Amino acid sequence: MNPAGITAVVTPYTVPAALMDTLQVTVLVLVAAGATAVVLTRAPVRQVIVLSGYGLLLAILFMVFQAPDVTLSELTVGAVALPILLLLALAKVRRREE
Amino acid sequence: MTPAQRRWAFLAGAAGMVAFYLWGMAGLPGFGNYPGPYGNIINAIAVAQTHATGVVSAVNFEYRGFDTLGEEFILFVAATGVSTVLRHLRGERERSALDEAKDRDVPPTSDAVRLVALIFTGPTVVIGWYLASHAQTSPSGGFQGGVVLATGFILIYLSGEFLVFERISPVNITDAVEAVGAGGFACIGVSAVALGLPYLSNFLPLGRTPGAVDSSGTIALISFFVGIEVAAAFVLIVSELLEQTLLIRQVSP
Repeated sequence: MNPAGITAVVTPYTVPAALMDTLQVTVLVLVAAGATAVVLTRAPVRQVIVLSGYGLLLAILFMVFQAPDVTLSELTVGAVALPILLLLALAKVRRREE
Repeated sequence: MTPAQRRWAFLAGAAGMVAFYLWGMAGLPGFGNYPGPYGNIINAIAVAQTHATGVVSAVNFEYRGFDTLGEEFILFVAATGVSTVLRHLRGERERSALDEAKDRDVPPTSDAVRLVALIFTGPTVVIGWYLASHAQTSPSGGFQGGVVLATGFILIYLSGEFLVFERISPVNITDAVEAVGAGGFACIGVSAVALGLPYLSNFLPLGRTPGAVDSSGTIALISFFVGIEVAAAFVLIVSELLEQTLLIRQVSP
């Protein structure tokens, strides 16, 4: 299925298709496990750390599916920016509770 | 409604959703099978037309530049909203929120954290700068670069103190930088109109070699402004939230 007549380019770095499939399935399973881990973690601070790790897994997923731009976005937002904002909010809420 | 009835209502709803979901999935094209024409057309013409080898950036800042402008202003408005909601009210004074519980030991930031944060600050800023200024050559762009740049500022907070963070990123300067970033993008678009071209047309010379740093015309410039805007917006949001966490505001008596 190649509408524009583009042929696949094979370089010395091309990963064999079978290996690529294995890699993709492995990462998909890891992402599913990671998402479950985020939901099952109950303590908020711990959950933020697990969420950050999950962001990293998603970034690897995008990399494996050959989307390096989205990988960078996910890495910066999912693994760094979102956890920082959540941790700050948690620190604020905690202080008020005491 | 009794719990039993509620359970039946839920099961009926869930079954309906699963049925619709599976029906929708069955109609999707096969995995990895892309039926649309646009991706292949862009792949075929983008490098020759824009001289940007980072084709994703070419799409973001050229083919759908107007969409990206809207997205950038979403972040701009969000940062403006945060700093408006969390602004100083007249007659409010601040004191630092020290831990006042007597029987608790609050550990200071460990030297290990300080050292690691300090070591990573320089490389983080360099990588952020690289990402924001190389959208035209490789997978990167202003958005990612901007967030990485802002992370450099947060590392400075981790390795030092809030006051240091505040001193290197005063709110009025961060505000101004953010406005320059957002306005720069819009102005590039208006400049094209002034030259008699459609809004956001690529009016700068494209450079001779596709993939060179000085190639791709406005794509690189827009990415740079987006990087500035995103970095400033993010530093602004984080510093406002940090201030909320670390300082207590009271109405003066």
